[in-house]
Amino acid sequence: MPGIRNSSQPSSPYRLQMNEPFFPLDSAASTASAAIPMTRPTQTQTQTLSHLDWLEAEAIHIMREVAGQCANPVLLFSGGKDSVCMLRIAEKAFRPGRFPFPLMHIDTGHNYREVTAFRDRRAAELGERLIVRSVEDSMQRGTVVLKHPLEPRNRHQSVTLLEAIEEFGFDCCIGGARRDEEKARAKERIMSFRDEFGQWDPKNQRPELWNLYNARTHKGENIRAFPISNWTELDVWQYIGREKLALPSIYFAHTRPVAIRQGAIVPVNVLSPGGDVLNAPRPGEQVIELEVRFRTVGDVTCTAPVESNADTVEKILLETASTTITERGATRLDDQTSEASMEQRKKEGYF
Amino acid sequence: MSTAISPTTPEDHGLLRFLTCGSVDDGKSTLIGRLLYDSKALLADTLSSIEKTSQKRGLTSVDLSLLTDGLQAEREQGITIDVAYRYFSTGTRKYIIADAPGHEQYTRNMVTAASTANLAIILVDARKGVLTQTRRHSILAHLVGIPHLVVAINKMDLVGYSREVFEKIMADYLEFAKKRGIEDVHFIPLSALNGDMVVERGDALDWYLGATLLEILESAPLAHSEHTEPLRFPVQYVCRPQDAANLALHDYRGFMGQVESGTVRAGDAVTVLPSGLTTTVRAVQLGGADIDAAFTEQSVALLLDDDIDISRGDMIAARDAAPHARKEIEAIVCWFAEWPLDRARTYLIRHTTREVKARLTHIVHKLDVNTLERLPAEKLVMNDIARVHFKLAQPVFADPYTDNRSTGAFIVIDESNNNTVGAGMIKQPA
Repeated sequence: MPGIRNSSQPSSPYRLQMNEPFFPLDSAASTASAAIPMTRPTQTQTQTLSHLDWLEAEAIHIMREVAGQCANPVLLFSGGKDSVCMLRIAEKAFRPGRFPFPLMHIDTGHNYREVTAFRDRRAAELGERLIVRSVEDSMQRGTVVLKHPLEPRNRHQSVTLLEAIEEFGFDCCIGGARRDEEKARAKERIMSFRDEFGQWDPKNQRPELWNLYNARTHKGENIRAFPISNWTELDVWQYIGREKLALPSIYFAHTRPVAIRQGAIVPVNVLSPGGDVLNAPRPGEQVIELEVRFRTVGDVTCTAPVESNADTVEKILLETASTTITERGATRLDDQTSEASMEQRKKEGYF
Repeated sequence: MSTAISPTTPEDHGLLRFLTCGSVDDGKSTLIGRLLYDSKALLADTLSSIEKTSQKRGLTSVDLSLLTDGLQAEREQGITIDVAYRYFSTGTRKYIIADAPGHEQYTRNMVTAASTANLAIILVDARKGVLTQTRRHSILAHLVGIPHLVVAINKMDLVGYSREVFEKIMADYLEFAKKRGIEDVHFIPLSALNGDMVVERGDALDWYLGATLLEILESAPLAHSEHTEPLRFPVQYVCRPQDAANLALHDYRGFMGQVESGTVRAGDAVTVLPSGLTTTVRAVQLGGADIDAAFTEQSVALLLDDDIDISRGDMIAARDAAPHARKEIEAIVCWFAEWPLDRARTYLIRHTTREVKARLTHIVHKLDVNTLERLPAEKLVMNDIARVHFKLAQPVFADPYTDNRSTGAFIVIDESNNNTVGAGMIKQPA
């Protein structure tokens, strides 16, 4: 689109009283010293925050509102890229103190080894408490019943999550969901109320105005708080790049055996942390070695990578900026079942 | 756009939140679809999914409006129920669109969407001109303090791109705007369907020399950028690590919050409310490290020179311009609940980070949102807007909403179900 960024605007006879074009001049960006790994906000002369600084400030504000309003919150941390950003935001929000909440992961038992190892390492580095609750425990209790042994376990996380909420008495779960991920999420509040059964009622949400969040609950009810609601996939990668955040290796290009199934790249013969071999190739499928990376990570059985040779954050940023497929579109086999599948899962208590 | 977004652009003109108002008939969803499509925020698989849905409904072309219909119920009924948020970026600026539907519960949704917007696009169908709905959207946007309005006269393709039609609508609108005190308005003719004057200029509107819609968005002032405001720092959370192993942290007390307005740096003289005690800022920190200064909308921690007892709900403010403590407030309130605002009941008001009990004492008048006419009222029901008085159990530290959209705003909470039942904008005390 030529001419947008630097177009001179002819004075318009159709302007009643509009201020002159407002282009803040860039001031020298303050550089982070080596001693402080976190970057400081960059300021323009007109004192407007850069878009990343604005998003970060909003997310910090939301996390602090949770800490200020809720008695017993928890931050959901999977080791995925969005939750990695959430941890950096929590550091900026609460250091030098400890986080006013533990971290928790609802583990399907079928996650990528690289991701669960990263999850444990990161929590230990931060010196914060990590709770892991497993879908496999719910299966043993009989509260999760799979239709068949190979059924993807992602949607069953809801059950384990609700069980953990009850076990610990959490009144708020902070999650890294974003509104740009999915249509149902675009309409969810930043502080989203769930009833005693963990259900989301999309037609009866609390109005959310200004930055005045209402996280009040009665006993048994729950708030899901989404501090990075307003971030896009590109914002997340820009933030990871700016803050130099470490990520599980499978986010970067690597070679692995895959099969092509219904147009999607399916990683095959993946070893789960428990030692199971997942995603065995189906009869007649050809296994090929392909250079891929993951855009989202989750249960092995429903997360697909994209073909890519982007092995650095910079290269991923360039790919993200010019991609033509949505984040979940190519990579989430579970969202494609029906147009409303995410909404349905959220109504049942899913994140 | 022919060029891809540069992820590492040296220019960053921040983030603009804007509101689109109008109904599907005005082409609002098509306009949003067009902005996303032409700025490449709309990706191939989303497009193919709405193509499929368009075909299923027997449409001959792709209905870009399907983009903004998020919930299952909405897709079934073909209407938009709730406020939806959309995102796009031009490489220099990031945008958050709040899309308010034009059907039931309109006032509630629009006030909600407007509360965080700094610009509103008001869609007018060129064939229909200024309607009651146009006036209502404008009045609400103005009431909620959106400083910049853009009247987008859409469907110009259906009136032969006529300059006369455009200028007639503009004149009608100006006459109305003048009466209502609406000042900053920008007019633009466009065709969202064909893309004229949205991102690209097109070649059908050569008589129009003004900016395209995207150019207006790219140059619009951001929130808080237009005039200086005194420091307002409501305390959200107090950080007291009391780390026995680390002596340096033993006495650490960081008062955490977001700068709602103004600037703060070490050495600044401040007043702490409600105590009224004064002190000086010792340090401004982010993530436990000192930074030079914090500006409006930034989330930081403040360390103070004196050991003052401060907790969540207190406010740190510029010493020479502290807000007044108020135990009675007059406000414009929008009521959201199915049950009327009840004089006999006690509600909770959240103002910044402070929660106080409140009772309605007086309804001055109701406002007709189509005309701004003042009407007598005994009670407030859902979607009513009225000027009222509340009596508070503890003081709030407020500024008039017209001076400060952060410290002039509050929400009303019904403690029985914890729902947010109303929103208020505080008036200058008489």
